[in-house]
Amino acid sequence: MKTLKDAQPGDTVRVAGILGEGALRRRIMDMGITRGAKVTVRKVAPFGDPIEITVRGYELSIRKSEAENIELS
Amino acid sequence: MKIALVGNPNCGKTTMFNHLTGSSQYVGNWPGVTVEKKEGRLKGHKGVIITDLPGIYSLSPYTLEEVVSRNYLINDRPDAVINLVDATNLERNLYLTTQVVALGIPVIIALNMIDIVRKSGDKIDIKKLEKEFHCKIIETSAVKAIGLMDAAKMAVRLAAAEKTHQSFALFSKKVEAALSEISTLIGDRAMPEQLRWYSVKLFERDQKVLDAMQFPDSLLQTIESIIVAAEQEFGDDSETIITNERYDFIDEVVSDCVRKAGKKLSVTDRIDQVVTNRFLSLPIFIAIIWLIYYISVTTVGTFVTDWTNDTLFGNWLTNGATQLLTSVGTAGWLISLIVNGIIGGVGTVLGFIPQMMILFFFLSILEDSGYMARVAFIMDRLFRRFGLSGKSFIPILISSGCGVPGIMATRTIESEKDRRMTIMLTTFMPCGAKLTIITMMVLTFFPGSSWIAPAMYLLGIAMIAMSGIILKKTRLFAGEPAPFVMELPAYHLPSLKSVLLHMWERSKHFVIKAGTVIFLACSLIWFLSSFSWRLQMVSNVEASMLASIGHMISWFFAPLGFGTWKGAVASISALAAKENAVGTLAVLNGVSDTANSHALISGIGSMFTSVGAFSFMLFNLFNPPCIVAMSTTAKEMNSYKWTAIAIGYQMALGYGIAFVFNQLGRFLLLGKSFDVGTALAILLIAFVIFLLFRPAYGSHPKAEKIVDGLEASR
Repeated sequence: MKTLKDAQPGDTVRVAGILGEGALRRRIMDMGITRGAKVTVRKVAPFGDPIEITVRGYELSIRKSEAENIELS
Repeated sequence: MKIALVGNPNCGKTTMFNHLTGSSQYVGNWPGVTVEKKEGRLKGHKGVIITDLPGIYSLSPYTLEEVVSRNYLINDRPDAVINLVDATNLERNLYLTTQVVALGIPVIIALNMIDIVRKSGDKIDIKKLEKEFHCKIIETSAVKAIGLMDAAKMAVRLAAAEKTHQSFALFSKKVEAALSEISTLIGDRAMPEQLRWYSVKLFERDQKVLDAMQFPDSLLQTIESIIVAAEQEFGDDSETIITNERYDFIDEVVSDCVRKAGKKLSVTDRIDQVVTNRFLSLPIFIAIIWLIYYISVTTVGTFVTDWTNDTLFGNWLTNGATQLLTSVGTAGWLISLIVNGIIGGVGTVLGFIPQMMILFFFLSILEDSGYMARVAFIMDRLFRRFGLSGKSFIPILISSGCGVPGIMATRTIESEKDRRMTIMLTTFMPCGAKLTIITMMVLTFFPGSSWIAPAMYLLGIAMIAMSGIILKKTRLFAGEPAPFVMELPAYHLPSLKSVLLHMWERSKHFVIKAGTVIFLACSLIWFLSSFSWRLQMVSNVEASMLASIGHMISWFFAPLGFGTWKGAVASISALAAKENAVGTLAVLNGVSDTANSHALISGIGSMFTSVGAFSFMLFNLFNPPCIVAMSTTAKEMNSYKWTAIAIGYQMALGYGIAFVFNQLGRFLLLGKSFDVGTALAILLIAFVIFLLFRPAYGSHPKAEKIVDGLEASR
């Protein structure tokens, strides 16, 4: 299944679910990345990681390793 | 009466707190952790104490800030809560509100940054929003000081009424049914107004709540069966169900209550198109950092520090005090204590303060404006490899000027693990005082060498990287890296008042806390170097207690190649201030003036071999920093155990690197025969290589690692 890590800058995608467990998973959800949320990938940091996304009207930075836990529909 | 301020990071909470409390604040730490605790009295209401809780996004059990806030709200039960909500970012901010209103404490929502919303043309239906959340809403702007006092007064009235906040159903019918089942089951075990909170937390299987409640197994099993039934119905775990439904509720409320004026590119978007642009971000970043560094460390900072040290303390105060004390006929030893010991020692330390304040001024601007988050965004990739985070960059950079503000700058790192590691490693960067040691040694033994000084900085960076890799594999720092799911807040023009307040707060602590320790340490070193064991004052250091202590411990430094009492004494006095290493060598060689470099060079030159000199330099660069930096470490770690770990590690690394260099240098450069020392040095290198490449501690299943990580971060 496609994850947020695969999305390219400029893409707008919808979240299908969050993988993983514990602190990281809860943190991702707490920040508003929940099932059905619309996420736009804005850019990649100069050294190739992390990425910047827009979710629920604000900007969020997330590492690629963490974005891998976010499944897209 | 207690009122708590709750809200997301960057929502203007601190500005509001400053406005409400004025100068009556007290800043400390929450018990046992390094999370800052701020309290103050509400202006004009002596009996009202306002507590500024850490900026949080949720009341989950996973981060230190959230746990601290939860514990306060649940156990200390403030009489009212003011929940600050950033009106320009309603959805995510209201997510915390959905949790706060379940606590049973009266809540006021302060809809902050309302001025920006009005300007953008968006309309928020306050009446509707009040009805949805069952609480009063006041429109505020912390920056423009609109509505803040109204919100506080409303909270005071509400608290005085002693009503509890009525909880309301915001989840779907099925979830509400499960929650009410749970609340019936635990009804006699929790306060009625907290029943809602506990029901939700139990449904989420919140480990912290489960541990605290200590329910009998049978009850736990009944609750578990309710949760499992709901999970099967939803096809999701309970934590996800709750989070999803909170956001579903907010989606509905926001689409009901907010009319957007249409999307425009915001100022933040436009700034970020340039500032975090893939190609421009690095040059801009370097330019900003260079500018700050140039102003606060090289030009203005050095100027004021030199002026305070040389003119204010070194000249005016010293001479003034000497004259004054002499004129009233004070005993010679007392003049020496006051002038050389106290004014000299404490003065050196206080001399750092203007420089630190300038630095903190700029750092506060970076933080308050929102650029600091971008720094972390840009640098994270590089630092994560060494077990640090993007936010470690600033402290390390500042430490190349002075380790003390460097250590203090770690306050901006939220993850406690990252923060501790940064404190431990940041002083490996040679600071300004260490530069005098490097300069001296280069002048004496390697004249004209232009590569040694830069090489020492590179070596410092290498040591930080190496230590990061080694430490992250130990038990202390093991576990998953802290999530780096970080908000990039909208840019704000920082207000001068809050920047100055920020700056003052940090400097004040340094003056008070570090000042006492340094005062004692300076007096002690002065005492040891001015008196003999018979407690007679000596004019020659060689007859002092310090010298004989130097003799006693010189064996300790022998394997490092400078096992003379002079080398030992210089290294000890360098702990008071690193530049003392050079000063002491000067005094011990009978050179009264460090500027008289020819005499000093020949004096020092006769003391060491070139290998020994290099080793002396390495030892003093990498062993624990000066007393000021060590006491700052202790203060920022806020734990004896962690202070001991940090200083112990620095000691081991400083000794190790000097040992390896000296032993191998003797064999390779000076043509000495291969002996036990050489073998030990090679073994030590092998051991370090092993530490670098061994598997990380606890490579067992993920879940346990997270638990370990949480424990390690306590």
